[in-house]
Amino acid sequence: MKEIDARGLSCPQPVILLKQALADQPQTCKIWVDHPTARENTLRFAAHAGYKADILEQGGDVCLTLSKK
Amino acid sequence: MTEKRARNRLILAGIVIGLIAAILVLLGNPKNMGFCLACFVRDTAGAVGLHQAAVVQYIRPEVIGLVLGAFVVSLIFREFKPRGGSSPMIRFVLGFFVSIGALVFLGCPFRMILRLAGGDLNAIVGLFGFSAGIGAGVVFLKRGYSLKRTYPLSPLEGAWLPLVQVALLALLVVAPPFILFSEKGPGSMHAPIITSLAAGLAVGALAQRTRLCMAGGIRDVILFQDWNLMMGFEAIFVAALVGNLILNATVGGYFNLGFLPQPVAHSDGLWNFLGMLVVGLGSVLLGGCPLRQLIMAGEGSSDSAITVIGMLLGGATAHNFGLASAAHTITDGVLTGGPTGGGKVAVIIGLIVMVFIAVLNTKRVAVSSVKEGAVL
Repeated sequence: MKEIDARGLSCPQPVILLKQALADQPQTCKIWVDHPTARENTLRFAAHAGYKADILEQGGDVCLTLSKK
Repeated sequence: MTEKRARNRLILAGIVIGLIAAILVLLGNPKNMGFCLACFVRDTAGAVGLHQAAVVQYIRPEVIGLVLGAFVVSLIFREFKPRGGSSPMIRFVLGFFVSIGALVFLGCPFRMILRLAGGDLNAIVGLFGFSAGIGAGVVFLKRGYSLKRTYPLSPLEGAWLPLVQVALLALLVVAPPFILFSEKGPGSMHAPIITSLAAGLAVGALAQRTRLCMAGGIRDVILFQDWNLMMGFEAIFVAALVGNLILNATVGGYFNLGFLPQPVAHSDGLWNFLGMLVVGLGSVLLGGCPLRQLIMAGEGSSDSAITVIGMLLGGATAHNFGLASAAHTITDGVLTGGPTGGGKVAVIIGLIVMVFIAVLNTKRVAVSSVKEGAVL
């Protein structure tokens, strides 16, 4: 599974990395973010790209596991 | 929250913010300047003696309110996250030149929208420059531009800029003799302190909740064809336009369609374009416009706090060295004001410095680095 660590990156870098990772439409992908704005933006992009997300919060970090709808 | 609900919330916030901006002008702020973060931070710099331009010195309560509003709301919603360490000196330099670019245009992106809503067509030229700057920044973002990661810091580190705002509020209210207040010019024009503070707190809270960003809206459209953030931008314009038209019909003098004369503005198209080009590029390289930097500083970002300090020093420098433009005025048929020679040089230097920063911090992220368990 592709896994992206986008913690600590300014917007819109988390979404750019996610866009790159989803370019070849993998079945699943995991992305770590640590900021509410990054979480909202990556979730919105993933939904538009046709992925649903399982959200796991760990400390201040959030792990989004995306899978194709 | 569904996407539609988030968008509606952003539009509603934009409408409220646009109306607040119009009301602040009615209550005393300079025309088309309900909010201008570059101008207001510059005014505060003058009030504490960092520059000696007597007409632009006032501790603007709107700025205090923006930071404190974002601070309080982020605490309530558990989004106060003290963090920093992402290229602070580069952010300082970017903030410095963003401020100078804005003062050559005579307004930050927020005021650019408000100028447009007041009928000032020079702001359209500024908007083209701003969009071009954002487009240039997006080119670097796509190629892997990054100022590197932020890291968690102590709560006190994240709380410094809000604490400084409390001190500034005390200085504004007590008004000791060493704090300078303009007796004429834009610095002398302001709504009552309590109104300006309340307006700042409200807008700070709304901007924190909605992630409103003047640069982010255009950036997201170019990058992802995502129009969500743009809705806030557009709602502010429409609400301020409606507010101005109502005030114009009732009080008069709030809407004047054209290039000249316009309040606190000049009509030199090239430098309106280039000034805002620097602001657009700098905002993308920073990850947010001047408003967003103030809000993120309130949320605990010491990187954004350093950016605001850069803007403060940039504003002071712009007036210490005659870089800020003067408003165009026509007296007895003679046009005076406009951008200065020093301001033009500073904008070009700012552009070169920003491109230099962008190139040196751009490293293409190989596709393989986002594969299988990779940590970037």
